[in-house]
Amino acid sequence: MSITGIEVAGQEIAAGEGALDASAAKIQGRSQWQLTWRRLRRDKVAMAALVVILIMVVLALAAPVFVSITHHPPNIAYPNTGEDAAGNPVGPGTAGFWLGTDGTGRDLFIRILYGARISLFVGFVTTAIGVVAGVTVGLMAGYFGGFIDTVLARFTDAVLAFPYVVLALALAVVLGPSLIVIIGVIAFFSWAAIARIVRGQTLSIKEKEYIEAARSLGAGPFRIMFLDILPNLLAPVLVLATLYIPTAVVFEATLSYLGLGIQPPTASWGNILADAQNFYQVAWWYVIFPAAALLITTLAFNLFGDGIRDAMDPRTERAFAAGRARRRRGKRQVLANDSQSHLSHAAPYVPPAEGS
Amino acid sequence: MAILGFLIRRILTGIVVIWLVSTGAFFLFFARPVDTVARQLAGHAATPQVIALVIHNLGLDQPIMVQYWHFIDGLLHGNLGYSYFNQEAVTTMLKQDLPPTISLVIGGVVLWLVAGLSVGIISATRPRSLFDRSSNVAVLIGLSMPVFVIGELLILFVFVPLNRHGFTWIQTGYAGISQGLLTWAGHMILPWITLAAVQAAVYTRLTRGQLLDTMGEDYIRTARAKGLSERRVTFKHGVRAALTPVVSQLGVDVGQLLGGVVVVETVFGLGGLGQVAVQAIDTDNLPVIIGFVIVAAVFVVVANIVVDLVYALLDPRVRIA
Amino acid sequence: MSAIPADTGPASTGSASTAPETVGEDVLVRVENLVKYFPVRAGGLIRRTVGQVHAVDDVSLSIPRGKTLGLVGETGSGKSTLARCVAGLIPVSSGRVIFDGRDITNLSRGAMRPVRREIQMIFQDPYSSLNPRRRIGAIIGDPFAIHKTATGAERKRAVQELMERVGLNPEHYNRFPAEFSGGQRQRIGVARALALKPKLIICDEPVSALDVSIQAQVLNLLADLQRDYGLSYLFIAHDLEVVRHVSNSVAVMYLGRIGESGPIQPVYGSPRHPYTVALLSAAPAADPDAAAARQRIILTGDVPSPIDPPSGCRFHPRCPKAEAVCGQQEPQLEARAGDAATHLTACHFPVQAGENLAAAGRSEPA
Repeated sequence: MSITGIEVAGQEIAAGEGALDASAAKIQGRSQWQLTWRRLRRDKVAMAALVVILIMVVLALAAPVFVSITHHPPNIAYPNTGEDAAGNPVGPGTAGFWLGTDGTGRDLFIRILYGARISLFVGFVTTAIGVVAGVTVGLMAGYFGGFIDTVLARFTDAVLAFPYVVLALALAVVLGPSLIVIIGVIAFFSWAAIARIVRGQTLSIKEKEYIEAARSLGAGPFRIMFLDILPNLLAPVLVLATLYIPTAVVFEATLSYLGLGIQPPTASWGNILADAQNFYQVAWWYVIFPAAALLITTLAFNLFGDGIRDAMDPRTERAFAAGRARRRRGKRQVLANDSQSHLSHAAPYVPPAEGS
Repeated sequence: MAILGFLIRRILTGIVVIWLVSTGAFFLFFARPVDTVARQLAGHAATPQVIALVIHNLGLDQPIMVQYWHFIDGLLHGNLGYSYFNQEAVTTMLKQDLPPTISLVIGGVVLWLVAGLSVGIISATRPRSLFDRSSNVAVLIGLSMPVFVIGELLILFVFVPLNRHGFTWIQTGYAGISQGLLTWAGHMILPWITLAAVQAAVYTRLTRGQLLDTMGEDYIRTARAKGLSERRVTFKHGVRAALTPVVSQLGVDVGQLLGGVVVVETVFGLGGLGQVAVQAIDTDNLPVIIGFVIVAAVFVVVANIVVDLVYALLDPRVRIA
Repeated sequence: MSAIPADTGPASTGSASTAPETVGEDVLVRVENLVKYFPVRAGGLIRRTVGQVHAVDDVSLSIPRGKTLGLVGETGSGKSTLARCVAGLIPVSSGRVIFDGRDITNLSRGAMRPVRREIQMIFQDPYSSLNPRRRIGAIIGDPFAIHKTATGAERKRAVQELMERVGLNPEHYNRFPAEFSGGQRQRIGVARALALKPKLIICDEPVSALDVSIQAQVLNLLADLQRDYGLSYLFIAHDLEVVRHVSNSVAVMYLGRIGESGPIQPVYGSPRHPYTVALLSAAPAADPDAAAARQRIILTGDVPSPIDPPSGCRFHPRCPKAEAVCGQQEPQLEARAGDAATHLTACHFPVQAGENLAAAGRSEPA
């Protein structure tokens, strides 16, 4: 594929500048993203997970549509049709309640949909905040080094070690439990984890020669950070972000469950499940369906995140590892294409910056 | 001995941290307008005189620095104040609620470490086997589940059916060791599993990954070439090296452990520190909340020191620092 | 290379001292008594400085306009550090760098900015000197963007012209570095360095990582560019033959100091410093008979650490001609009897013509 520039240059330039532009566009190098997407498309599990995520998003957005179909707004209780003689919830399929009702006779299906809106909103927003803040802090700490780095890194470590429950308690006391508290707590924690990883990556990228080249050209620190270092960080950051969304969703559910987050009557998977505890002996659907929704959502994000991580991993690295393993173990099975990537959920594997 | 210096430095830093946290908590909580607190305690219908009385009784009308001084003074004497409600000394409350939390934490940590490490090690030594694949699936599910969901599901699918069929060993709620080891375990087994499940998944994955990477290193190949048995190679060389990142991860997770404790206690009604703290939020019982925060800080600091110590023992390079 | 004779200015150890221009050539870059020490820190909580790495220790040299100065030395001789000091990439401990009449030593980043348009660098490793995540059109266009000299279509046109000039296909504007060979990547680096029409290009071992056949192509390209644009080069290498091919004059560095310097012909033809002689004797000769006839001089011992350099002449522990005075007193860099005024050597006992260094002391072991 490589052409010795000298021979080709003479022949092909004659075409003129317009043609130059057109053919330059044709010989687009395939960027890292395009290659990643192609690999991802071949991963069936990850694609299935993506479909599930999209379905969830659509359902959540379409919640009002379902309200008009079933005529059951999320916070309206139906003591007559929605509760049986003993005042307990009715099961799925009765009286127009698709998944049954909850403790006060509200439509469970609709409430689950509205809970999905909260969960997904919290998931995306807190991750977005966490990524922006975390990348900025990590970049600056890693690039500037010295005093700034010491201060920022210590601060990040302190935040990471800080138990989130204590912080949630504190904020709940001062501000009262609410959506803001949840977003604040989760974003506060997630940026620190991202910052730490970004800082580590920045430290190693900073030593590369092309950064020195940029400095020799006269580029300022911010240009270098955001134009030279950041593109090499996007891959691990994207993986981190995708794997943080389910963490944020679980966080929100847990805080709402404890009463420190979304308060009833607003529906959240967490507070639904909290109430469901009281009825588990008589209304299994009240526990199972919200739990299933939560599980499916987080599982889908985790699988998709794993898929992205594998798709970004340079294949050569794995092939080498596989070959080495094959030579070692003789008849034993090889590690090729291990899609359940073997590295920690909390500290995702960071693929090397170069290579596509 | 270098370790001693290391230890002393960490303890001193820890004390500073605890002090900072207590001060921070104090100002955070007590910096709110006092009549809201008093009003909540006294009830909506309270007259201004009642509220003023409540404020005075609780000492909330004194200047903030005086209150702070009382607070620190009390801390140094082991007095954390009195509950707003039943005037019980917070320290007494904490002492009462400590046993369930300790039982939970010890059992849970042991379980998650044992499960996580062993499954991780076995998976790493038998990659792509049935065991490995099924453990990977289990890990993925475990990572996706919130702790309270696991707890609720365990109650629904284990506790309820077993009890219905007369097998009553497993119970919810707490029973102290004084009531018999078997009874205690029966009450604690589900909470332990719940607390351990998610963390075991994380550690399985971490251990497996680290061990796989380490086993690929050249010095492992050398050990094999020397003729050591596979088991020795794995344990003496591979695991030891793979353990260091696991231990450092443990340091970070100590903070998360508290969250899990609070949730599990609430789900199973164990009445430990966590559950009491959450209840205190609902009632704005500030002294109890602060007591919990301080205890939590102490716990995190101590746990971090222990973890660092273990890390220093495992990795000789760290001791020089 | 025009250096200032040692009889003017204050006495200084090692290198020529400073004085206004006394030689006729138009000098673009002058380095005066450059010193760069790196602190060695140790200790845990409080980092103390326990020593200094004497990377560059009182070096003076100059580069005339439109000419090439070759800088040779082993790893650890300080040549890369010197280059970066001249480029303003690392701060200087003491001494001066004078570029085109202006003192650019330790300028602030803002003040240095306009200077950066005139001093550029080409790096050694073609695989890590280009950002793998950016297209080469963007990489080469960087200088235009940073200094705001061209935008949009105009920039693209300028970049494609540059690509043509260095022998790349302009249609590959949108490709990534990974799609090019090593030699082509170096051309990309050259194009990037050329963008703002600099006066000086510092080449830090630009061909060391390339195949020999490709080396020739890139060196020829550099020579063409020098001729067309009147560029000056500071050419750093460890391969003497490459340096001979491209340079007008050469300086040989050892452990942070210059051992010998001068125009190519006298230095290669009659080297005076024992280190230079040893280096030349180790260079592979194409003619096997000549190679067999030549005396290899094998230096004993390793290069000492730059943290604790030897006293007196830095080379004396390994020098076959070393005597007592060599360990006590630093030799001055000055012209020796019978040499041109521009051929400087720093040695107490310079090698004479016809002298057999191998017989003088430790030579090829049995």
